[in-house]
Amino acid sequence: MLDWLPENISTYGVKIDFLFYLIYYITNVIFLFVAGFMIFFMIKYRFKEGRKSEYSHGNNKLEIIWTSATTIGVLALAVISAPAWKEIKIDLPEPDIIVQVTAEQFNWRMLYPGPDNVFGTIDDLEIENVLNVPVDKVVHIRLRSDDVIHSFFIPNLRLKQDALPGREIIVWFEAMKTGRYEIPCAELCGFGHSGMLGHLYVHSPEDYEAWINENWPES
Amino acid sequence: MTEENITEINHEEHHKQSIWSKYIFSYDHKMIAKQYLLLGISMLILGGLLAMLIRWQLGYPDEPLPIIGLSDQYMETGEVDGVVDEMWDGWFEDETENWLTMTIPGGVIGPEFYNSLFTMHATIMIFFAIMPILVGCFGNFLIPLMIGTKDMAFPFLNMLSFWVAFIGSIVMLWGFFVPGGHAAAGWTGYPPLSSSVEFSGVDWGQNLWIISLMIMGISSMMGAVNYITTIVNMRAKGMTFFRMPLTVWSLFIVAILLLLAIPVLASALSMLLFDRLWGTSFFSASGGGDPILWQHLFWFFGHPEVYVLILPGMGIASDLLSTFARKPIFGYKAMVYAMISIAVLGFIVWGHHMFQSGMNPALGMTFMFSTMAIAVPSAIKTFNWLGTLKGANIKFTVPMLNTLAFVSMFVIGGLSGIFMASTPVDIFIHDTYYIVAHIHYVVFGGSMFALFGGIYYWFPKMFGRGMNMTLGRVHFWMTFVFFNATFFPMHILGIGGHMRRIANPMQYEYLQDMQWINEFITVSAFMLGLAQIIFFFNFFYSMFKGKKSVDNPWEANTLEWVAPTPPPHGNFLTPPVVYGGPYEYGVPDREEDWLPQDIKR
Ligand code: HEM
Ligand SMILES: [Cu+2]
Ligand SMILES: [Cu+2]
Repeated sequence: MLDWLPENISTYGVKIDFLFYLIYYITNVIFLFVAGFMIFFMIKYRFKEGRKSEYSHGNNKLEIIWTSATTIGVLALAVISAPAWKEIKIDLPEPDIIVQVTAEQFNWRMLYPGPDNVFGTIDDLEIENVLNVPVDKVVHIRLRSDDVIHSFFIPNLRLKQDALPGREIIVWFEAMKTGRYEIPCAELCGFGHSGMLGHLYVHSPEDYEAWINENWPES
Repeated sequence: MTEENITEINHEEHHKQSIWSKYIFSYDHKMIAKQYLLLGISMLILGGLLAMLIRWQLGYPDEPLPIIGLSDQYMETGEVDGVVDEMWDGWFEDETENWLTMTIPGGVIGPEFYNSLFTMHATIMIFFAIMPILVGCFGNFLIPLMIGTKDMAFPFLNMLSFWVAFIGSIVMLWGFFVPGGHAAAGWTGYPPLSSSVEFSGVDWGQNLWIISLMIMGISSMMGAVNYITTIVNMRAKGMTFFRMPLTVWSLFIVAILLLLAIPVLASALSMLLFDRLWGTSFFSASGGGDPILWQHLFWFFGHPEVYVLILPGMGIASDLLSTFARKPIFGYKAMVYAMISIAVLGFIVWGHHMFQSGMNPALGMTFMFSTMAIAVPSAIKTFNWLGTLKGANIKFTVPMLNTLAFVSMFVIGGLSGIFMASTPVDIFIHDTYYIVAHIHYVVFGGSMFALFGGIYYWFPKMFGRGMNMTLGRVHFWMTFVFFNATFFPMHILGIGGHMRRIANPMQYEYLQDMQWINEFITVSAFMLGLAQIIFFFNFFYSMFKGKKSVDNPWEANTLEWVAPTPPPHGNFLTPPVVYGGPYEYGVPDREEDWLPQDIKR
């Protein structure tokens, strides 16, 4: 079933997919176990005239066993999940590239700082709905919103972060593969929410160079 | 109100019993329960129809609706015989405009109306269908009967609670007919989208949504106070807390949850209304407020709320399971403690709805741990249900089939919750159809199957007649099959990255290959909808024409079956005295395999 996942192209996406698969297999086993017992009991203990059921009110030993087993199990899952979360959302690596993305009904405005790498200068360049980044580089996105809440979602990068009016949130990614990918909005943001869509271009180093030269020819 | 007062009221009613006081402003908990049931079922039908429209749009995006959309007459004049809305006369400048042309121009649902559709589908199902039936109807009907008393502690408050809910429902329905359309910010109503007309284009629809939910909150509070007081003070002689049926326990805990959670929702809703109407900026960043504040308040209410939807189902399922397994429930006390811990933990997990919201990610980490922990009591309950089946003597009646469906579907819903509790995985599946699948496995697969089971089970006690069980079986199997055909594939859509709340998936290249799944789901959903017609027919037909029922048709132990069928005012001929627990089935050295609670042992 997990074959349906869009192709992953981000460094940390590998970890997300690993956890996804891990939980998928664990929950499948639990489901088969529970469903198996249920079906077995339903067949074996179906109604027979004149038979009486086992008169039992429970078993404290079993209660203790399955309570502690599930507690350990789910807490272990939380512990295993924690490092990936920390890496993705808490300990951001130093950026190679920074782009400011401002969401508005119903566009993504991408602001590039230009060759001086400083925002708010004359060489800033704003492009609507197109995000250009180089492959294998750490990109920081400064995420903002001008109106309502949006959510910056790049399925192939396993990246999702709400954009909030009045706040700047920094997210990062490192793409491992060149190509063109979609950037939908994942949080309901009004009548144009469906179809609010940008594109991500992950360039090879040469292409990225060319893109820079095209947009900032004087540098 | 004291016991004497209640008898007095019941007495009075015996004498007058005008239609007015018997059917409309009744103080009798059983009549009020039926009123809630009728309200809930009407809203269930409406909510279901909205779902059909949602599915049409997703299966066949931007294609005109069948019948209405394709009628030549409609295409030319914008009118269909009988659907022209007089109420809107004079509201439009142009003669050819009416409600239909405004909401679905050309018969196409379109994104604005689509947003109202899923917002109102969820709002109606949660607050106006499942809560009125599971909490309002079953709570009112069962609490006094199961604990062996004459009525609720405050019968007048009880009546008021229903009529307040009725007014709340009218206000909510009114929203469909105001210019600008109904609320369209999702059932979660996140500001600034919900707080500003400028951003959503929705004007009074959203205001009415807020006002209606406030009214419903008042109604729920009145009900909750009543339930808690009744359960604490009015149990029959010998009915200790640990002899109460699990249904009563679940409703007791639900009442406490409502009492603690609803004031928080009410305060959030008030702030939202102030932001909309009187220029405050609680949730607007430009005015110094914070949109995240709404999410914290809403989900502080919202997570306990989802347990309000499932706990009564768990209680009902436990009672039915034990009755038809002809075996005591496995681990009664463990079941009670599991429900209590669900209630306690339920107040410290709200942040799992906000992992990607911009809330401090370190906080997200702690919410991941508490959320994982809340899966434990759910697992305990599941294992205890399994334990109940072991060594049982299972009667596959229609209520039992629904109960078994409840257990198995709840397992799937609970397990999918684990994926979302893992914060890194949630980054990908948050706000996708995976969440929609989860919701429906717990609320439809859980609450709804328990609701069906409960109605089939208690119908004879309520109306004195049984429902048709052949139709019941057909309805069950169709519902079970098409439920899974509808909602299971939504997991796959979610894994594929299909966002929730989008009107047209074909606008995204990466979703186009999956459109056949959407179409498949739509067809299944229509079949699921059709299957419900059988249920509604059975329900209304059996009410008047069903087979007359005896007092205890299921040979069950709990006190409601001791009362005559249907129970008169005051419920019991003599006040019952309780000598044992509710689940004494298959007691050795006894001829019958059941032992009612009021039999001396
Ligand atoms: C095993 C226990 C459960 C766990 C671990 C769990 C976990 C979660 C999580 C983490 C979310 C948020 C997902 C997201 O938006 O990214 C969620 C959403 C939801 N859950 Fe559960 N859940 C559990 C059981 C239930 C039950 C019993 C119900 C209700 C009857 C329920 C109803 C919902 C609903 C309605 C939502 C979606 C709310 C919305 O965004 O519209 N869950 N659950
Ligand atoms: Cu958006
Ligand atoms: Cu929750």
